[in-house]
Amino acid sequence: MKHSARWLLVLLAGLCLAWSEPADAQGAPKAQGAGTVKALRDTPVGAAEQGGEGDAFKAERDRAALPRDFVQQPPLIPHTVRGYDITVNFNKCMDCHAWSRARETGATKVSLTHFRDRDGKELPNVSPRRYFCMQCHVPQTQARPLVENTFRPAAGLK
Amino acid sequence: MDKNDDAAGSAGKRGLWARLAPVIFGLGGVGFIAGVLFWGGFNWSLELTNTEEFCISCHEMRENVYKEYRNTVHYSNRTGVRATCPDCHVPKEWGYKMIRKIQASNELWHKVLGTIDTPEKFNAKRLELAKNEWRRMTRTDSRECRNCHHFEAFDYGEQGRRGANLHQQGLSEGKTCIDCHKGIAHALPPIEQGVGVDKHGATQQEFHPPAKAGTSGETGPAPVLQQR
Repeated sequence: MKHSARWLLVLLAGLCLAWSEPADAQGAPKAQGAGTVKALRDTPVGAAEQGGEGDAFKAERDRAALPRDFVQQPPLIPHTVRGYDITVNFNKCMDCHAWSRARETGATKVSLTHFRDRDGKELPNVSPRRYFCMQCHVPQTQARPLVENTFRPAAGLK
Repeated sequence: MDKNDDAAGSAGKRGLWARLAPVIFGLGGVGFIAGVLFWGGFNWSLELTNTEEFCISCHEMRENVYKEYRNTVHYSNRTGVRATCPDCHVPKEWGYKMIRKIQASNELWHKVLGTIDTPEKFNAKRLELAKNEWRRMTRTDSRECRNCHHFEAFDYGEQGRRGANLHQQGLSEGKTCIDCHKGIAHALPPIEQGVGVDKHGATQQEFHPPAKAGTSGETGPAPVLQQR
């Protein structure tokens, strides 16, 4: 009795596989090129590369500080960052934005909120936990939004 | 009589000259050709060591500095102009080139010793090696940069607002390229920036040497950046 039950299970599993395979083959579109892959968003995967009005990969030229759109937004980077590496040896951002360098370079000084460690203790310089600047501060490109949205900047920041 | 003497004397001279001329010209000709061949061969073999191909035939260069350089603007850029190893690291003028080539024999010696034959050894030496290049560039007023880049040819309108401002400021202070442009083609050694633990790297004084005395000297506040 036990044996026959096992055999029945194997048979059922086999049937399921046999059933699903042709179904898959029928369900798939005929020739699916890379261009027709559908993303979760309703836009083609390659949309960002096609550019259109903007160029998603061309960095914008240097300019003055950019306006902020929401409260607590990390200020955006208004210049190109090509070759600006942040490594264990050297942090290119801090080479201009550190307080000791900002006077000479004319860069915006790092916020004093960055001098605090996670326990709220004030440090004499930027806290190591703030070392990777571009985790929050990002450069800009002239890319058009992939998805229509109704975002409006905070009224008080306009 | 005088006429005859003259004639006899010139005939004797002519005889000597006639006999010596082929020897002199022969020796001169052979010497000239040997010289051309020797100099050509010498120069040819010297130039052979002045190529990127030669530089990266050593894994010390190929696996470290060459890989880093391949991510930079001197390797790949909009216009496709490329500066290879010797363009920056070997002087173009003959005299300076000879001096640098003789100094390079020390590098051959360390190749034999295997001083930097692993990435770990290379990185341990990186600060020292970088400082050597910074010192050389400072001493020569960044001669090799200026083979291509000229202050006089700058179009400040084409430069970014940061570059345009700082270039004019640096120029008026008598700074040289390497004073600011360090680590543009290779990864930097540790530089002290006062964040976290001591890195035992180059000090800010070494990394940003102050403007030379005698020029305008004073580093006042940066000029207000023009909004564009």
